[in-house]
Amino acid sequence: MQLAVWTYEGPPHVGAMRVATAMEGLHYVLHAPQGDTYADLLFTMIERRGKRPPVTYTTFQARDLGKDTAQLFQDAARDAIERFQPQALMVGASCTAELIQDDPAGLAEAMDLPCPVIPLELPSYQRKENWGAAESFYQLVRTLADQSIRPRGSERKLANILGPTALGFRHRDDVIEVRKMLDALGVEVNLVAPLGATPADLTRIGAADFNIVLYPEIGDEAARWLERTFRQPAVRTVPIGVGATRDFIRETAALAGVDPAPALDDDGSRMPWWSRSVDSTYLTGKRVFIFGDATHAVAAARIAAEELGFEVCGLGCYNREFARDVRDAAKLYGVEPLITDDHLAVEEAIAAASPELVLGTQMERHIAKRLGLPCAVISSPVHVQDFPARHSPQMGFEGANVIFDSWVHPLVMGLEEHLLTMFREDFEFSDTAGASHLHAHAPKPVTPVAEPANEPAPGSLWTAEAERELKKIPFFVRGKARRNTELFAAEQGRDAIDLATLYDAKAHYAR
Amino acid sequence: MTPLAPVPASGADRAPVLRERGQREVFCGLTGIVWLHRKMQDAFFLVVGSRTCAHLLQSAAGVMIFAEPRFATAIIEERDLAGMADCQEELDRVVTRLLDRRPEIRTLFLVGSCPSEVIKLDLAKAAQRLGAKHAHRVRILNYSGSGIETTFTEGEDACLAALVPEMPTLARGSAGELLIVGTLPDIVEDQFLRLFAELGIARVGVLPARKAADLPAVGPDTRYLLAQPFLTETARALEDRGAQRLEALFPFGAEGTTDWLHAAALAFGIDEMHFNRVIAPGRERAKRAIEHSRERLAGKRITFLPDSQLEVPLARFLATELGMEPVEVGTPYLNRRINARELAMLPEGTRLSEGQHVDKQLDRVRADRPDLTVCGLGLANPLEAEGFSTKWAIELVFSPIHGFEQAGDLAELFARPLRRRDVLRV
Repeated sequence: MQLAVWTYEGPPHVGAMRVATAMEGLHYVLHAPQGDTYADLLFTMIERRGKRPPVTYTTFQARDLGKDTAQLFQDAARDAIERFQPQALMVGASCTAELIQDDPAGLAEAMDLPCPVIPLELPSYQRKENWGAAESFYQLVRTLADQSIRPRGSERKLANILGPTALGFRHRDDVIEVRKMLDALGVEVNLVAPLGATPADLTRIGAADFNIVLYPEIGDEAARWLERTFRQPAVRTVPIGVGATRDFIRETAALAGVDPAPALDDDGSRMPWWSRSVDSTYLTGKRVFIFGDATHAVAAARIAAEELGFEVCGLGCYNREFARDVRDAAKLYGVEPLITDDHLAVEEAIAAASPELVLGTQMERHIAKRLGLPCAVISSPVHVQDFPARHSPQMGFEGANVIFDSWVHPLVMGLEEHLLTMFREDFEFSDTAGASHLHAHAPKPVTPVAEPANEPAPGSLWTAEAERELKKIPFFVRGKARRNTELFAAEQGRDAIDLATLYDAKAHYAR
Repeated sequence: MTPLAPVPASGADRAPVLRERGQREVFCGLTGIVWLHRKMQDAFFLVVGSRTCAHLLQSAAGVMIFAEPRFATAIIEERDLAGMADCQEELDRVVTRLLDRRPEIRTLFLVGSCPSEVIKLDLAKAAQRLGAKHAHRVRILNYSGSGIETTFTEGEDACLAALVPEMPTLARGSAGELLIVGTLPDIVEDQFLRLFAELGIARVGVLPARKAADLPAVGPDTRYLLAQPFLTETARALEDRGAQRLEALFPFGAEGTTDWLHAAALAFGIDEMHFNRVIAPGRERAKRAIEHSRERLAGKRITFLPDSQLEVPLARFLATELGMEPVEVGTPYLNRRINARELAMLPEGTRLSEGQHVDKQLDRVRADRPDLTVCGLGLANPLEAEGFSTKWAIELVFSPIHGFEQAGDLAELFARPLRRRDVLRV
């Protein structure tokens, strides 16, 4: 048993729902107890969808258990076919139905239904949401793909865009950006799936010359099968950030046999100049802690280090399936990778790293709020705020522009940072005031966990004078100053931290 | 039971009920933890379930609660099911870790879920064993909030029913005590306690109490008022201990609140003139506050889809005090005994339905075309997209709506979607 307060991922059948809801003309019959219908609100409330997810739940109750829950499943499947007339039907069980072992796959098969049936085996007690989405999409592709369809052999190449789903972090807008790039390259889109595709579209998946795996967590399993079955190569660079977008364009152009220049010369790409302009100098060396799904976390680390000049002081992901990518990246930035789905462990790691900016999920936003740190969201799990009304992609050059704005705005800016340092004792520069330009988002530490002791604890090495001096340092770097000074004192074997130690440490860590 | 005014013979109390079986678009009883853990300040709720249970709890309120909550899930994993780990031992380990982390917990509820019930994990036994282990420090109770056993607010019912055996015994021949049963927002509870004090009812207990240590006493001299209509099992447990229910309307609106308070006043022999004097200011304020929404709501047709069991009393309030016309009143479970007076006051011709077949019910909504549909979060936006004005049912469970001072807010909750529809020009 695992003790959990918040979870980064839902159960695997929610992943299957994300695939079903993204598509048109597909229906999902889920053998599940009453109450599992809560998952509908993820789509209708968080994503504000105007349609119910195409899911029929059997919603069995205790009194049905002694009787025939299998009959209940068959009735639900028959009703769903009649009412929704889908082109294809996915069938499966949620965690409780898995335990009663009614075998939805066998039951559906015995019914001789008038459309293709895709049985899903999603082990709820081992796997999670992303895996469920990947497995469902793979099973759909495998069952529906017409293996006699092959690329048309034309000069103009065709690509499949794989991975975007319902309830994905900015998937809607990313697809638009990726389509724009393909357009500039003269590559046609065979299909985007699951988002917006029908089962009939999926039958024609073999017509593409190659695949683009936008979200490996969801699309890669299907892409690997397509590679084996149709010999379709895949573009696996995820175009988040300027550098990755350029790599993506070159890789795609090479596969399509076209000139990358038209897509590379996008005069809408402002991020490089915004980052080089003098106003951004103050971003240099800001310590960032990054946590999310592996793909977004690794992409964020590259942007932070190469494109904004930050220092990556922590990097991790919650999905073990892709932990290797994060471990490799962590090595690159010289940090210990954090692979965990225990948000309390993430909270501890963030507090220990005392970053100046947290890039994470809604969980880390919560943690950063408690620690009084600025934060930007880079990955699922999502919240209603992660579905903005405006176009707000993460991918492509426009995505990089959006990322520049959304990561830099939470920070205390340029000259204000200096003023806060110079005139620490101005009564309006209180620790709780935060950055003046962000009144609503100003970090307000609820409990000063980031800085456990404002007063010297009994037995503290700090002299009263050094402690007073420390308080003159702005709150957003004070935690780091305290930690560095203590580390320095320990290394030097000093038995008290006085003013001299404080400034010796400052000189030692000067950057 | 103290008979009050005679129940009128008309109304919807004799009407046939449409009973349906099919997909139920409702929450399970675990959802009650979202408000129960805030009400009971020294209690912790540990769900023994699956990742789905944990995911439900963080999604149910529509947004995550940005504070460390006093609930968590012990997620059953493959090794527990495969017999590689002993579930009871695992639970001991998880509970010990939890109690170490949260030493301020005084009551721990082990909450059963669909998977824990299907694998027949005996939480009563676990509660007993763990209770003995942590005796003198924390009381350990159990109840089921599973979807196979409970629908939404029935989770609170199961939780409170689990507390009843823990209540001390009210000494025989004592001067009688009034008990208010059902979770109320603190501010509403305080308003009621002030009113009962003014009326001259000296001893009033509330279940659940804000602190486990303050659990009220119960016995044959207890007269209790249900503040919520979904407390069937709790009522039965209280009656098993000799308590007597005071029959009344539920305290929604000026009339409902008056009737509810009056039932207590009668039972405790409060002088009628004094009663009227005490409640008059609140009752008048409630009527004035309701009046603001009356113009917008009168004559409008409303359908309730099953959600919290609050549907029948709320439909009564909207019909009798705001002039709305209930078209269909759906409820997950209809307790005729507890709702007897409510049903009698529903207009004749109101269609009552119990249980759910969501697709058929939505077909009826499309055919009826009500002005307002009260429904769950999964259905609201899709109905809005079809052109129906909706009110999220869950807000009726999460907002202060009981009593005189909230009557205006309650009416406003129904008026706001209609007003919004009228002001928007996009």
